[in-house]
Amino acid sequence: MTTAALSIAGLRKVYADGFTALKGIDLEVKEGDFFALLGPNGAGKSTTIGIICSLVRKTEGAVKIFGIDVDKDFAAAKRLIGVVPQEFNFSIFEKVGDIVEVQAGFYGLSLRDGAVNTEKYLKRLGLWDKRNAQARHLSGGMKRRLMIARALVHEPRLLILDEPTAGVDIEIRRSMWAFLEEMNQAGTTIILTTHYLEEAESLCRNIAIIDHGEIVENTSMRALLGQLTTETFVVDLAEPVAAAPEVPGFAFRQVDAQCLELDLTRGQHLNAAFAALDSAGLKVMSLRNKSNRLEQLFVSLTASEGSAETLVHG
Amino acid sequence: MAESTPHLSPAEAKSTLSADWVAFRTIVIKEIRRFLRIWPQTLVPPAISMVLYFLIFGTFIGSRVGRMGGLDYMAFIVPGLIMMSVITNAYSNVASSFYSTKFQRSIETMLVAPIPNGVILAGFVAGGVARGLCVGAIVTIMAGFFVDFTIHSFALTVGMILMTAVLFSLGGFINAVFADKFDDISIIPAFVLTPLTYLGGVFYSLDLLPDFWRTVSYFNPIVYMVSSFRYGIFGVSGDVPVYLSVAAIGGFVVLFWTISLVLLNRGTGIRA
Repeated sequence: MTTAALSIAGLRKVYADGFTALKGIDLEVKEGDFFALLGPNGAGKSTTIGIICSLVRKTEGAVKIFGIDVDKDFAAAKRLIGVVPQEFNFSIFEKVGDIVEVQAGFYGLSLRDGAVNTEKYLKRLGLWDKRNAQARHLSGGMKRRLMIARALVHEPRLLILDEPTAGVDIEIRRSMWAFLEEMNQAGTTIILTTHYLEEAESLCRNIAIIDHGEIVENTSMRALLGQLTTETFVVDLAEPVAAAPEVPGFAFRQVDAQCLELDLTRGQHLNAAFAALDSAGLKVMSLRNKSNRLEQLFVSLTASEGSAETLVHG
Repeated sequence: MAESTPHLSPAEAKSTLSADWVAFRTIVIKEIRRFLRIWPQTLVPPAISMVLYFLIFGTFIGSRVGRMGGLDYMAFIVPGLIMMSVITNAYSNVASSFYSTKFQRSIETMLVAPIPNGVILAGFVAGGVARGLCVGAIVTIMAGFFVDFTIHSFALTVGMILMTAVLFSLGGFINAVFADKFDDISIIPAFVLTPLTYLGGVFYSLDLLPDFWRTVSYFNPIVYMVSSFRYGIFGVSGDVPVYLSVAAIGGFVVLFWTISLVLLNRGTGIRA
């Protein structure tokens, strides 16, 4: 049996003003996992991460990192974690290389090891040529990558990323995804929070959704997406049509002259829909999901009563 | 599931000690780099101020004052001015640096790392002491252009400077822990430190004061520091006994260290 990378039991947090941010959550992340921790703003994600990284004091409960209780041996537990926070938290007047090397020193790495790892991760994240620049001269995307390099400099076994791609353009975001997948394949357990649900869907194997301080879903990404009973597709046509085709079994809706929408319920196949369109004399140019599948589920799971979306659990 | 072992093996303990030492050294180097990077704000102004004090109070006014406390007036003010610059700089270095790390949230990079709170505190205090000593050395060199002096007791002089720098670095740390905005780290220096320093026997001997104010002055800790430091340099008996100064400053260092560590352990101002 492999040790869980992260094990949380009965975690509660009540802030000084009486607000209960976490209502006794249990969570386990397996070693080697790429895990998504999602939730709306104020749901308790950052509080959970803060407690794991000892930035927030817990009210009750236990946190273990690879079996090490953070209360009993904080130093050993902390050495195993690397954290990329949501907000930039470095001095903008310091040099890029110094920021990473100093972090290596905080983890007790010798000057030589610190310098070697700094070079390694700055190169891997494309920041080596900026090592002598002050951090204030970096672009937003570079600052995000700097925080990832800094979190990795002591080579943690568990990497926690709190919205690492916020405000980053799509090209850099995709290169960061590729880098994180590479890290995960090399054995680093990764926990990711993000508001880009496409990011969580494409990267993560397991997922927990937290809402109002409680875990409302904790399963594999595949199982969660399997709960979708209806998916809406957008169909672009080669030629304009006057109206949506009347096809038995499929409810096409017209968006504009060359665009249709189709709700596909579980058990229906796209092949049958294509065949139906073909028999109606319509040629399909392209097909896409109307919205991200995880996004549909997320809204459904975290929506307050009365505002639930049309999706239902299967 | 593997459980942690609260008791470390000798090898683990040695490795932890070594990691703590590296972390301490890293914080100190970071702090020294910080005040050297902004040297026009940290090192030059105290040098200019002290030269002005030497010129105005020492040369222009001092020549008319004559002797005080068994010394020429210019010589009399040298220890106090050195001590004043050490106090101010040690205090403001830690206050502004620790507050900045809170403000920029870079304190989180230390809190997530396996650094004991005592090491974090020692690192910031060492940074404050380094700046205090650096400015103290500059002011001492400046003083050398106005007064010829040799040091009577090197151990006492250095000991007093170090203890004072440590004490006021700790004071700056406590101030920064409670500070919510930048203004909060200038209130104590402006309303407490400066009056205490000016009234701490830097420019006059307590013998000049009426009995009541002399008695009141004995409650000012800076009187003890300046008096004993003056004794360390010139070997002339000061306003208070040296042993009392050393004991009082040592006691305050222990008290301030304990308060600072309790605040860090509680996470006051830094952990939610």
